[in-house]
Amino acid sequence: MALSQSEVLAGLADIVNDETGIATASVQLDKSFTDDLDIDSISMMTIVVNAEDKFGVKIPDEEVKNLITVGDAVNFITNAQ
Amino acid sequence: MSQPTLNQYQPVQFSKIYSLGAARGDLTVTNDDVAGAIDSSDEWIRQRTGIITRKRASADRSLMDMAVEASNQAIAAAGIDPAEIGAVLFSTITHPFQTPSAAALLAFKIGAMPAPAFDISAACAGYCYGIAQADALVRSGMAKYVLVVGGEKLSDFIDPTDRSISFLLGDGAGAAIVGPSDKPGISPTVWGSDGSHWEAVGMTHSLLEFRDGTASWPTLRQEGQTVFRWAVWEMAKVAQQALDAAGVQASDLAALVTHQANIRIIDELAKQLKIPESVVIARDIVYTGNTSAASVPLAMHALLESGEIKSGGLALQIGFGAGLAFGAQVVVLP
Repeated sequence: MALSQSEVLAGLADIVNDETGIATASVQLDKSFTDDLDIDSISMMTIVVNAEDKFGVKIPDEEVKNLITVGDAVNFITNAQ
Repeated sequence: MSQPTLNQYQPVQFSKIYSLGAARGDLTVTNDDVAGAIDSSDEWIRQRTGIITRKRASADRSLMDMAVEASNQAIAAAGIDPAEIGAVLFSTITHPFQTPSAAALLAFKIGAMPAPAFDISAACAGYCYGIAQADALVRSGMAKYVLVVGGEKLSDFIDPTDRSISFLLGDGAGAAIVGPSDKPGISPTVWGSDGSHWEAVGMTHSLLEFRDGTASWPTLRQEGQTVFRWAVWEMAKVAQQALDAAGVQASDLAALVTHQANIRIIDELAKQLKIPESVVIARDIVYTGNTSAASVPLAMHALLESGEIKSGGLALQIGFGAGLAFGAQVVVLP
């Protein structure tokens, strides 16, 4: 069953926290991965792979550069389910 | 009159790596030396890649110089006469001639002529490809000893302003002598290619574009995120397949020697494989940089020289890179 946007956000926040130690509360829809959360491209890839696993979706390499904010990622995952 | 049956080589049952040799660039290039051109810093480079310094060769120290030095070390350590070498395999992407091969010249210089000699173009998988080939040549009986060299002068092919890969790269050569053994010394190789990702890492342009004046000197570049994903998650599967093919578990290993691409790749790959604390993980990249085909033999040689690992233990070695190409085997440490 497809998860709601808030469920995807919560799941993604856990993944970000696991990979980077950033508090889940900081992982908000309007935050930019690089500028606000200081997540580099390599950590981003680990987050992407873990999100694919957790949510059962595929996030192609060429799509990753379009995921600028947490909201972009949540929307992509929600729509891909 | 009946047709004669063809003679065949007499196979031998097992092969092993007898010895290693190593040669690095003579210059120690710090992060501060390279950071300016890519608008970065020592801290950023250390954090993103683990590199503190990389070795590069000056104009006076050629790829062939390093290959000869490493080869002579390996030959002396193996205690063989170079005339006994039955084949010379030189894995490299930085020999600056279409032809003749680097291997033919190397064979001449080290006293192995007239052994068959050829270059292997498999980038960072080149040394493991070479070991696979050497294992097959020895066990088939075609060659008694095989010299495998992984050598690069990557600094000849970098754009210092490139942020994708240039600052990672170093120069060096590692050499191995492979020969017959009374016990298994090299496991079945798990190797392959993925040409669907041919664009993921390679050159900025072809030589033809350079010739025609439509591009500058071709240099190395990569799509870092694509390479990272493949190197970790796909290569974790290959590494596990190599362990399975060898009939060993990660806990049986003395060492994990991966291509020294980036410390983040090494660490994440080790995590995916659930490598136990007891296994020494090669991190030669920290002071040597990423030397493509040279990186696995240089890293293994460094661990043995330091005493962190001992002869006779098992090591999983895996190379992966441009092609995309990959190769892995479990070996008994020389």
